[in-house]
Amino acid sequence: MDILITGLLLGGTYALIAMGLNLQYGVARIMNLANGELLVAGGFGAFFFYTSGQVSPFLTIFLVAPAAFGVSWLIYRIMLRPLVNRAKSRGQLETDSILATFGLSFVGVGLMLAAFGGDYFNYSYLARPITLAGDTFALNRVASFLAAVVICGLLYLWLNRTRAGLSIRAIAVSPDSARLVGIDVPRMAAIAFALGGAVTAVGGALISTYLTLDASAGVIFTLKALIIVIMGGVGDVRGTIVAALFLGVVETLVASLIDPGLTLAAAYALFILVLLFRPQGIFGKTPT
Amino acid sequence: MSSAEIRNLILTVIALGVCALLPMADSGYWLSIGLSIAMFTVLATSWALFSGPTHYISLATAAFFGVGTYTTGLGFETLPFWSLVALAGMFGALMAALVGLATLRLSGVYFVIFTLGLAELVRQVITWAQNQSGQKGLYVLTDITEAMIYWMLIALAAAVYLTGWLIGRSRLGFALRIIGDDETVAAHSGINTARAKVLLFMVPGAVAAMTGAILAPRYVYIEPSLAFTPMLSFQVVIMALLGGTGRLWGPLAGVVPFTLLWESISSNFPNQTTLLLGLSFLLIVYALPHGFVGLLDRLRQRVTGGVS
Repeated sequence: MDILITGLLLGGTYALIAMGLNLQYGVARIMNLANGELLVAGGFGAFFFYTSGQVSPFLTIFLVAPAAFGVSWLIYRIMLRPLVNRAKSRGQLETDSILATFGLSFVGVGLMLAAFGGDYFNYSYLARPITLAGDTFALNRVASFLAAVVICGLLYLWLNRTRAGLSIRAIAVSPDSARLVGIDVPRMAAIAFALGGAVTAVGGALISTYLTLDASAGVIFTLKALIIVIMGGVGDVRGTIVAALFLGVVETLVASLIDPGLTLAAAYALFILVLLFRPQGIFGKTPT
Repeated sequence: MSSAEIRNLILTVIALGVCALLPMADSGYWLSIGLSIAMFTVLATSWALFSGPTHYISLATAAFFGVGTYTTGLGFETLPFWSLVALAGMFGALMAALVGLATLRLSGVYFVIFTLGLAELVRQVITWAQNQSGQKGLYVLTDITEAMIYWMLIALAAAVYLTGWLIGRSRLGFALRIIGDDETVAAHSGINTARAKVLLFMVPGAVAAMTGAILAPRYVYIEPSLAFTPMLSFQVVIMALLGGTGRLWGPLAGVVPFTLLWESISSNFPNQTTLLLGLSFLLIVYALPHGFVGLLDRLRQRVTGGVS
């Protein structure tokens, strides 16, 4: 029970990060491998404001989100749009965007190393115990989980209840047909990419309240987010959330029962099973 | 064989023979640079054999390499060295086949993601196994000198070039070029695309594992974080793409300048190597999509006025 709840709390934040990546990949068709660096940057932001001005990380996210939105939008417009325009096929765009975002990710790590050094950083915020269902948990984990739930919920409502959300979902299904019904695909793709970046950075600020990060920690989160997106199905919000919670629980199980050093191995075992048996995702339909 | 092919063959043999003389001239700094260049030539060329025609970006080099070093590390006391290299090659090929079977039936993205984490996965498992048995690393104490390692790498490079040349002439190589152009067309013309890709992926897997096995004595002490350093995979990708994957000798054109640049950056600004990696990736995507080979071809076309 203890493990289950800890896993679910972790999975909630994972869901947020994976939603960010899913928006970028499902709509803008860019597999953004620099996603984890944005997450770490969000964490650095929360760290910086908390240690220098005692600003709560839950307030910092209102600063981190617009900043990450702006940065992601610029990255999409300046660096990735030319690739979309020059690509002759989906496959070529995939290869190009993977290499370009790898480049970005390394540049990001390099810049953060130069700015903050290679040390681990963490801070103590809301590190008080709280009792849930008979077991004690750290308050910062619970608070981060609740914040993640609220943001995921808002995102879900926005995607399913508004006109802009409808356009975004239409592009995810078929970019060509979306253009035919009068949707400004390039503009909406840029917005989806920027929004995905903002969501990921907020996830980073939340996760930094209870995990220790360092400048090069991003790639592990990128990997986990990718595994979640593939497990849940590209462009599927519900699947992403279920897959993220599932991964959180499995990881916590392995970490507490076998060895904390094997979390990525656990994520990979899940990944292999999904690839072998349900490559279209948990809720995905079999392509005809 | 046409006369041009015979000429190329003779030139390659002479070039490799000249390279093999390096340990006679210097046994210090330049030999160690030569060793790095030979190692990356082997890795990048075998990488390009698979990723060049198929456009699948493999980041698994470090995983295979690490498996190779551990094969030597665990077996050098009981088995002769040459058999360990062969054994490492078999392990590498087997691992590549398993990875290929799981991912190569699907789109390229799954493959990249999977190979990206493979080295980290194997590293975690080995670290865990070592913690269980209570040891931290392995000492590889042999009487193999740097010069011998260098010669073995040159021999391996010759084998890689020969394999690449033979694949290029075979039905498999032809099938792969079609897959690279258009996978649907390839499938419709009766090519078993998954099988061709898995078979070819076994080549870089085996070669990288053999390279790791050969280099293990140089490290003297091996531990998981050293043997499975993810940097290696990225260096190999950059060198191969920088040179160009369209020709067999293309990666070599990227290996030599990048190794020299890397050596000077990492000795003068050790914290900026990640930034260098990132900028190189961006340079390749935005300025040199076909590498130095592509640039050379364009220049040649301009000189001859488009008449080939």
